[in-house]
Amino acid sequence: MQTPEHLSSANLSLTGPPTTPLTDTPRRRAILKQLRSHPSVKGSVIALMLLLAVVLIAPFFAPQNPYDLAALDLLDGRLPPGSASLEGFRYWLGTDSQGRDMLSAILYGLRISLTVGLSAVALATIIGSLVGLVAAYAGGLIDTLLMRLVDFILGFPTILVALVLLAMLGRGVDKVVIAIVVVQWAHYARIMRSRALQERRKEYIEAALNLGFPAWRIMLRHLLPNCLGPVMVFATIQVANAIVLEATLSFLGVGVPITEPSLGLLIATGFQYLLSGDYWISMFPGLALVLLILTINVVADRLRAALDPRNS
Amino acid sequence: MSDSTPPIIELRNVHKRFVKKQDLIQRAFQLVGKTPEPRTVYAVNGVSLAIQPGEVLGLVGESGCGKSTLGRVVAGLHRQTEGELLYQGAAVAQLDRKEKLAYTLGVQMVFQDPQASLNPRQQLHQILGEALHVHRLAPADDVPARIDQALAEVGLAAEYRVRLPHQLSGGQRQRVGIARALMVSPKFLVCDEPVAALDVSIQAQVINLFMDLRAQHGLTYLFISHDLGVVRHISDRVAIMYLGKIVEIASTADIFGRANHPYTQALIAEVPNPERRKRVFVPISGEIPSPLTPPSGCTFHPRCPHAMARCREEVPQLEAVAPDHWSACHLNHTVA
Amino acid sequence: MTTQPLLVVRGLHTVFHNEEGAWPAVSGVDLSIQPGEIVGLVGESGSGKSVTGFSIFGLIDPPGEVIAGEVLFKGQNLRDLSEEQMRRLRGNRIAMIFQDPLMTLNPVLRIEEQMLEAIQTHASVPRAQALKRCCEALEMVGIPSPETRLRSYPHEFSGGMRQRVAIAIAMINQPELIICDEPTTALDVTIQGQILFHMQEICRTHGTALVWITHDLGVIAELADQVAVMYAGKIVESGPVSGVLDAPAHPYTRGLLDSLPSAIQPGQRLRQISGMAPSLSNRPSGCAFQPRCAHALAQCAISEPELTTVNQRTYRCFAPLVALRTST
Repeated sequence: MQTPEHLSSANLSLTGPPTTPLTDTPRRRAILKQLRSHPSVKGSVIALMLLLAVVLIAPFFAPQNPYDLAALDLLDGRLPPGSASLEGFRYWLGTDSQGRDMLSAILYGLRISLTVGLSAVALATIIGSLVGLVAAYAGGLIDTLLMRLVDFILGFPTILVALVLLAMLGRGVDKVVIAIVVVQWAHYARIMRSRALQERRKEYIEAALNLGFPAWRIMLRHLLPNCLGPVMVFATIQVANAIVLEATLSFLGVGVPITEPSLGLLIATGFQYLLSGDYWISMFPGLALVLLILTINVVADRLRAALDPRNS
Repeated sequence: MSDSTPPIIELRNVHKRFVKKQDLIQRAFQLVGKTPEPRTVYAVNGVSLAIQPGEVLGLVGESGCGKSTLGRVVAGLHRQTEGELLYQGAAVAQLDRKEKLAYTLGVQMVFQDPQASLNPRQQLHQILGEALHVHRLAPADDVPARIDQALAEVGLAAEYRVRLPHQLSGGQRQRVGIARALMVSPKFLVCDEPVAALDVSIQAQVINLFMDLRAQHGLTYLFISHDLGVVRHISDRVAIMYLGKIVEIASTADIFGRANHPYTQALIAEVPNPERRKRVFVPISGEIPSPLTPPSGCTFHPRCPHAMARCREEVPQLEAVAPDHWSACHLNHTVA
Repeated sequence: MTTQPLLVVRGLHTVFHNEEGAWPAVSGVDLSIQPGEIVGLVGESGSGKSVTGFSIFGLIDPPGEVIAGEVLFKGQNLRDLSEEQMRRLRGNRIAMIFQDPLMTLNPVLRIEEQMLEAIQTHASVPRAQALKRCCEALEMVGIPSPETRLRSYPHEFSGGMRQRVAIAIAMINQPELIICDEPTTALDVTIQGQILFHMQEICRTHGTALVWITHDLGVIAELADQVAVMYAGKIVESGPVSGVLDAPAHPYTRGLLDSLPSAIQPGQRLRQISGMAPSLSNRPSGCAFQPRCAHALAQCAISEPELTTVNQRTYRCFAPLVALRTST
């Protein structure tokens, strides 16, 4: 039997003033509990925190700035992990064909991956959410036009559009972000629209109309905050996808420029040396990428399960 | 009734139909000649009403009768398909922007579901204060005092101003809904089943609140409910609605004491009465028809124990059967 | 010669487990139902009336748990039965009707399949004969042209008709007891009248006992023989309907009756009960109703009143409103 409504945890704290902070809703407590419960989450969250910390302090941390061409020494190229450099520090993970310290390159590469992931998702969320919101609120012809645009865009595979765009725009982190956003925003628009269509039928929206509030206010102050849930869950999962996409594009040679390698580019350039035994040029960036995606995916998956309305 | 003060709300032959738009495939079928499924909901089917300032008009009916839709048309949340809506004597469709805002704020609605009628992410002081800020109805410094006053008026302590809706009970949320409506100093409240979702003992508290507020603010109510007991208690006049039409309208005493229309009589007979014991039920037959396919003639004829041939063919009009007592029934013609 | 009661509930305790402890939903409920009797279980939300119904029927799942008490159906304790044994009773000797008929009806199956399933799970009946019984059941609840309606899906019926189908399914094996959890609360008043009419017929012709759970005192007054009033998980008053409603002993029952609009002249303020029903986490000490009671004594805040039985009436109050005389 389903727990009767009046016995649900949301209704058990009905009498008396709130004794817990207002942000500590029963729903939030339930979500945190769900997140904490799964063993893999703790590990992933810790790993993610570590990665983020490392990435943020990379410049102070890395033994070498891999983007500074003057600091590289071609003679140090393709050294195995553990070798000593001429300046005295150790190449803990070896060097690539251009004499770049792998460890430093990976740290900086992670930074690029996260930058692309987060900024692409942030932009796509903002654009997509606004479009979805307007479509749901306005209805009628506007809704039809916007949704047909969304359908049209979703018909293209992201990577195809990205390849074409990057061929036109050239290489660079910002251009990769644009290429990803151009297709991805449509997903968010759809999600936001379907949620907003349900929410807009609710009586508090009618009350807002009855009080003569302008449309923009109702959309942004009333509708948007209550429709963010599914969009945010989708966004967290998409961070990992964006990172993989960037790595793929760089691997294919259209992403970041060769002087500022991302993980994908490092993997690509190291490919040719795999069979001759210099495994570290491809493998370590590959492992770093896998670790990053894994931790993000696990946390995102748990978050999605916790935010599932059936659990509340 | 003096003719100098116009009724605060007047409806003249108002119709509200909801038409479901056909998609391409259905339109293609229609071109080929296949008859489409009924797509029009006849929610409000020719209603004329005049509500005088200061009175409480109870609007009673069962599901599908269109009372909620009618309430929303009065409040301006739905635009009528046909007919005229007048606010204080002036047609709403022809008001300029300033007058239109005065009408929008002047006719406020109290909703049925206390949970869905409040924004779950706004604290009470934001819910109550927003309209004052947006329309600059009070200087910013006065707003907190106005909020406290509104909370006190509906029986909530001032410390509730920082609470979120989920931290309130159903009855408390409904009070906030009422307070929110009162913040803009309306003249008219459309109350759409405001106590239906509340427990019996809380209903009494909220009904008393409605009565107190009416006396204090001189408000006019359109009180929509399916609960005849509540309507009888609070209303001056009662209108009975069936499938989009008003079938009877009279003073409360006349409706309950001298009901004319067979539907009204059936409704009153069916209301559970704690005074009766071990009753033998003799209910009226038939289902409530769907507003998609209203029966011909008098829409009540399939269920009416006194139906005649005329009832199937001709739609009865509202006629005076007594002073200020109107009923739409062909039976009134058979009595010489 | 007194007949053996059909259902006896003694000391029923049901709790809901929570990270903060176990919330008591039902705290010691006693009921006794004779064959063919209609017993009303009245209370507001949070009183535990629905949970009592579910506990009797054995539908309490985690985080809920029935932790104490006996549920004796014809002398047999239902709590001792295995799930398989309970399943043989459910839908067969004891049935339940819910507020939402879609809790009974599967939206993707035709009515015919669902009704046949109800029959054939408990007895091997040839299909033709079972179909005949289905038609009879539908006629009994007032559904016209049952042969064609059997082939419909639930969504093709209106709310009232669906509830009637749910009642037909409950009745199909002629159970001795039907537990009805607010079956007409969501229905219009004229449809409620029709359903109550059919329920009365059914009870008269088959001698079925009913437990009718509701918050509507008017329905109980017109339909039931006995009534039990619940507040905060306990029965605070019970007895024959006329006795309890004409002269209630417990202040809560009196308060409920007084707060009805029909109890007072139109236009006057209703006699409201102040305050709110306590939530499960906040039950007051002593008598649970004491904070809202106008007749509370000092004793009421300290100790909980026991159930007192006088004649056929029971009440749980230190200061009952009427002095009930024992019959000599």
